[in-house]
Amino acid sequence: MAKLEIDGINKRYGDVQALTNISFRVNDGELFGLIGPDGAGKTTLFRILTSLILADSGEASVDGLDIVKDYKELRRHIGYMPGRFSLYQDLSVEENLNFFATVFHTTVQENYHLIKEIYQQLEPFRTRRAGKLSGGMKQKLALCCALIHKPSVLFLDEPTTGVDPVSRKEFWEMLKRLKQQGITIVVSTPYMDEATRCDRIALIQHGQILSIDTPENIRKAYPKKLYRASAPDNFSLLERLRELPEIDSVFLFGEYLHVTLKKDDKKPKDVQLQLIEPGIEDCFIDLLRQK
Amino acid sequence: MLQYLIQKEFRQIFRNAFIPKILVVLPLMVILVFPWAANQEITHIRVNIVDGDHSPYSRRLTDKIAASPYFELIAVSSTHDEATAMMEDGQVDLILEIEPDFEKHGVTQNPAALHIAANAVNIMKGGLGANYMGQIIRNFMEEIQAETVPGQTNPGLPVIRITSQNRFNPHGDYKIFMIPALLVMLLTIICGFLPTLNIVSEKEKGTIEQINVTPVKKTMFILGKLIPNWMMGLVIMSVYLGLAALVYGLVPAGNILAVYGFAVLYILVVSGIGLIISNYSSTTQQAMFTMFFFMIIMILLSGLFTPIASMPAWAQTMTLFNPLRYFAEIMRMIYLKGSSIWELGGPFFALTIMACVFNIWAILAYRKSQ
Repeated sequence: MAKLEIDGINKRYGDVQALTNISFRVNDGELFGLIGPDGAGKTTLFRILTSLILADSGEASVDGLDIVKDYKELRRHIGYMPGRFSLYQDLSVEENLNFFATVFHTTVQENYHLIKEIYQQLEPFRTRRAGKLSGGMKQKLALCCALIHKPSVLFLDEPTTGVDPVSRKEFWEMLKRLKQQGITIVVSTPYMDEATRCDRIALIQHGQILSIDTPENIRKAYPKKLYRASAPDNFSLLERLRELPEIDSVFLFGEYLHVTLKKDDKKPKDVQLQLIEPGIEDCFIDLLRQK
Repeated sequence: MLQYLIQKEFRQIFRNAFIPKILVVLPLMVILVFPWAANQEITHIRVNIVDGDHSPYSRRLTDKIAASPYFELIAVSSTHDEATAMMEDGQVDLILEIEPDFEKHGVTQNPAALHIAANAVNIMKGGLGANYMGQIIRNFMEEIQAETVPGQTNPGLPVIRITSQNRFNPHGDYKIFMIPALLVMLLTIICGFLPTLNIVSEKEKGTIEQINVTPVKKTMFILGKLIPNWMMGLVIMSVYLGLAALVYGLVPAGNILAVYGFAVLYILVVSGIGLIISNYSSTTQQAMFTMFFFMIIMILLSGLFTPIASMPAWAQTMTLFNPLRYFAEIMRMIYLKGSSIWELGGPFFALTIMACVFNIWAILAYRKSQ
């Protein structure tokens, strides 16, 4: 059963087409990732789905509720954590949580089981003002506040941006456990390496969806063999490879170069190429090149 | 629901390091300092007398001037040039030159030669100074005439003496005139400025996004912002009026309930203006700038500091659209004249219309921005 249905959403800001004909579904209990670089349109889509702004055209429903007509009821069913920390910095951890519980006509006690694990880590800082928390703690508090009314769909806009690697890992563990409690989660991230933690992902760029599938299938769909090369001076190697007639593409990936060939088995002679499995980022770049 | 929003708002206000202090200092400043500063009585006009006559009369006139509360005798110069140099240096505001034959001419009723030169850089001081000086001299001449020709001064001409009486402010105290009207500034800042900046800063910080995905209705959110400020506005106003009674002994000649009634109406007007501004600005900087722009214009056109009657006709027309004007007028009428609500029908009507127009505009603009 589809928890979230999006059908042909378009949004334009002046001259910029922010979203073009976005359609997809998210199933009940799924952890769905929206993967794309900054400016791809992820936040705009989230703002439309959470009834903060209106789409120019297209329809969408969350939990069977139309995002335009039933927006009032919709707001009780969704939890939204904006990309920027948006809680009251001058209220304490506890006060923020209580405040958001009361505006949803509930209490912290009622849904404490949902946030228990996360909130326990915040407990020592109960009386600290939200603005004085560390980045990772802020994210946890924001997640608690988004969960306190027991939403059936949780929208998380770039929750791991600007968070250290350890906290990022912890955060994904938390999401996994929330998923086990039956909450459907839609999460966006610019980090391609986080894609594999999702059940399904949509790759998005320039307001258009490039591909939607499980991370596994997206990687399998990579059309070519992918090789890896490296040299003490990667940059000059990159320039040299780009000149070779056998080479289709070369990109720098950290300490390696990722290389594809025009004909998969016709390697250039004097370069060491090692066959590797493509990652999501390779797929993303390939999809962009195809367009 | 609303009570939680209000509770949250008060928490934030009192937790703010700055605003509670301002809320205490502001009314104290307005009541204890402003009435003295915003005083348009001109006293201490610095005078230099060039006495060319050196007669008993000229000395008597000099003493008379020195004794006046309006003037301060800075120097007696011997030449006109010396006195002018002092004025150019900014040491004196007014020069009175007594010509050599003053006593002789004065007594024989020929036109006596006296020159008044006033520094008109500050036009008000210069004008009033020359005026006061003229009065003193006229007075002096009358005295002289009465002494020299007793019983038959200007036999053909009846002497008209004008005495004036200040109604509603018997001592002509400028402070009494200013205090009721200065309340306008307090209420405008607390009930117009503060909630507006508050709403815009929620926009700026993004917290409004988080509120907007909750079932909290827009109107509730806004009322949650306005009500705490209305409450504070009325409390601060009470403190202000209390201090006016304690420090200046100023109590309204009219009904105190009318004062509060009009204050509530005025608060609605300024809140409306504030909401309109909050709709059109996305940063506190924009909101602040816009408010200052309107605030300055509205204060200058309110009749608070300068009388509306002396403005050019077009400016007088502009004041008709200025809520500050009506509230300042109402407060002065109730406080000094004891006017009742019925006598203040005109301003009441104007403020009511403004409250409706501004708030409906704010609501429409809000809907449109959705």
